[in-house]
Amino acid sequence: MTGTSARLGFVLLLAPAALWLTLLIVIPHIDLFLVSLRERIGVGQYTTSFANYGTFLDEPLYLMTFARTAIMSVLATALTLLIGFPVAYYIAKLARGRTRSVLFLLCLVPFWVSELVRTFGWMILLRETGLVSSLLQWAGLAAGPVELLYNDAAIMVGLVYTSMLFMVVPLITTLDSLDDAVIEAGYDLGGSAPSILREIVIPHAMPGIVSGCIVVFMLSLGNYLTPIMLGGKDSLWFTELIYSQFILRFNWELGAAFGFVLLLLSSVIVWGTLRLTGQTLRETMG
Amino acid sequence: MTAPDLECRALTKRFAPDAPPAVDGVGFSVPSGSFFSILGPSGCGKTTIMRMVAGFLEPSGGDILIRGRSVLSVPPNKRPVNMVFQHLALFPMMNVAENIGYGLRRRGTSKPEIARKVGDVLERIGLPEIGTRRVDELSGGQKQRVAIARCMVLDPDVLLLDEPLGALDLKLREHMKVELKALQAAFGTTFVYITHDQSEALVMSDAVAVMNRGRFEQIGSAQDLYYRPQTPFVAGFVGDSNRWRGRVTRVDGESLELQTDGGLTLRAARNGRAIAAGDRAEVFVRPEAIHPARDAAALEGCANMLRGEVSTLLFNGAASRVRVRPEGAGADTEIEVALPQSGAFAGLARGDDVWIGWTDAQAGAFAAAAAE
Repeated sequence: MTGTSARLGFVLLLAPAALWLTLLIVIPHIDLFLVSLRERIGVGQYTTSFANYGTFLDEPLYLMTFARTAIMSVLATALTLLIGFPVAYYIAKLARGRTRSVLFLLCLVPFWVSELVRTFGWMILLRETGLVSSLLQWAGLAAGPVELLYNDAAIMVGLVYTSMLFMVVPLITTLDSLDDAVIEAGYDLGGSAPSILREIVIPHAMPGIVSGCIVVFMLSLGNYLTPIMLGGKDSLWFTELIYSQFILRFNWELGAAFGFVLLLLSSVIVWGTLRLTGQTLRETMG
Repeated sequence: MTAPDLECRALTKRFAPDAPPAVDGVGFSVPSGSFFSILGPSGCGKTTIMRMVAGFLEPSGGDILIRGRSVLSVPPNKRPVNMVFQHLALFPMMNVAENIGYGLRRRGTSKPEIARKVGDVLERIGLPEIGTRRVDELSGGQKQRVAIARCMVLDPDVLLLDEPLGALDLKLREHMKVELKALQAAFGTTFVYITHDQSEALVMSDAVAVMNRGRFEQIGSAQDLYYRPQTPFVAGFVGDSNRWRGRVTRVDGESLELQTDGGLTLRAARNGRAIAAGDRAEVFVRPEAIHPARDAAALEGCANMLRGEVSTLLFNGAASRVRVRPEGAGADTEIEVALPQSGAFAGLARGDDVWIGWTDAQAGAFAAAAAE
């Protein structure tokens, strides 16, 4: 009796998660994958083939955009880590009490407005008649208006800004769990600041670093808004290609194939990072 | 006479300019190879002293000398002092051998030399096989020993220990007390040990400093502190005591008579302290200094003699005690009496009539502090 009711309870508790997973993630993906394997041979006529994946490999524009997106995302992740680590270290280890909460809030506040508005904020700052351009002219560093938008650097700024919180939060959590006495013990035993960082702080923070990097990398790779708004004509992002296939060209088959190529790429890179750093997915997500 | 391993002169620390100092003009010196303890209740400033010696805090005043040289300008990673932290602070990301070798690696010792020294020290702490184990696989006592080995391998002038036994269970703590003392004797290094547990301090130390409110109350051997306390705080803090407050009615040479607030008349010794008739004073008597008896005749020679009723029996093996409520005193006056180990009073039961007595020499009187 208790056995069956416990089982029922377990099933009921699991049901929302299971439903969510199957209906919203597994089924659409299977369907999309089937779509990506269809080749259109006439009006309303399809066969199953890998032709769409072939198109991706044959067209240099697609491959180049794909590679660019991957490299830029890796770079954005690295930059976010470089900027986020000292911030997280300061909040977790050096700031106390009120300062600490205020600083943490400051990291969080930008996320209270939508990504669109945040990106517009950067456009206001960086455009030709924007704040930065005016400041440069006022200081005499530029002769005329400077256009800072619509290039890769602007995309990078936007990506790092957008994903900073997702790096800082897991880093603060892991650094917080490092006992101050362990760092002091490092100094006490003759360690210098760089050696303590290398041998004690970073190894301890590794799960946080890896999980932060994975999240930031996926967010950057799948970002659509930031590259569209801040990037120029030459700054094509892979998500833009997917969008144009689905919406503009109405070529769902190729769009779906692009989607799966992107999924494959992010999976490979995440797996590679985990292998490289000797972390397991369980440690990182646990 | 060589310089002591560690010497503090008028060491003072204020955390805020208007706050009372956490450490107030403390001075002491620790001779080479000895085991020195600082004993005090939590919040008395003992950890502050230790952190100043280790270099994590800068003193507001005074000087710290190690082997005769001031180390105030030396950063913690260059001081010839190592510290065993309260929660040990072993590096969880390294195995035991890497933990112990950390300091040597930082000094740039060659790899074979590190391996040899780590093996040596593991041998000395009696754990030769655990070099490759992970820190979280060790038992509490093993972690303790590894934390000490991690410091000892660097051959420090002074080893600081910050309540390292606090996290252990009682049985292991008793065992580690003996072991720590043996390790200290084996290494011959100067240990400075801080604790709030008097039994740790008394068992292990060559000298103990009792600390209260940022000041040292008394420095001495364990016996000194126990039998010859110089301040009421030491008398009350070290060991158990019956404690009375009252007014002195008569002073007669070294002996005095006191009327307690509870209504008892006691005789006590002032041991050279300035106490005059009419002063308020405190009297401390150890439970084991009080003799129980069946009748008054057996207590001949005791200046204090009371008749009372056993109100509570506290059986604890060899350390059994009874609480006695004396006749004619208020209901809240109870005197704790240790039972002799001969077993003569094993049959004592609640409600029994007993006589208790003690000599005036075993009742130390102190002038009551104005604040209390």
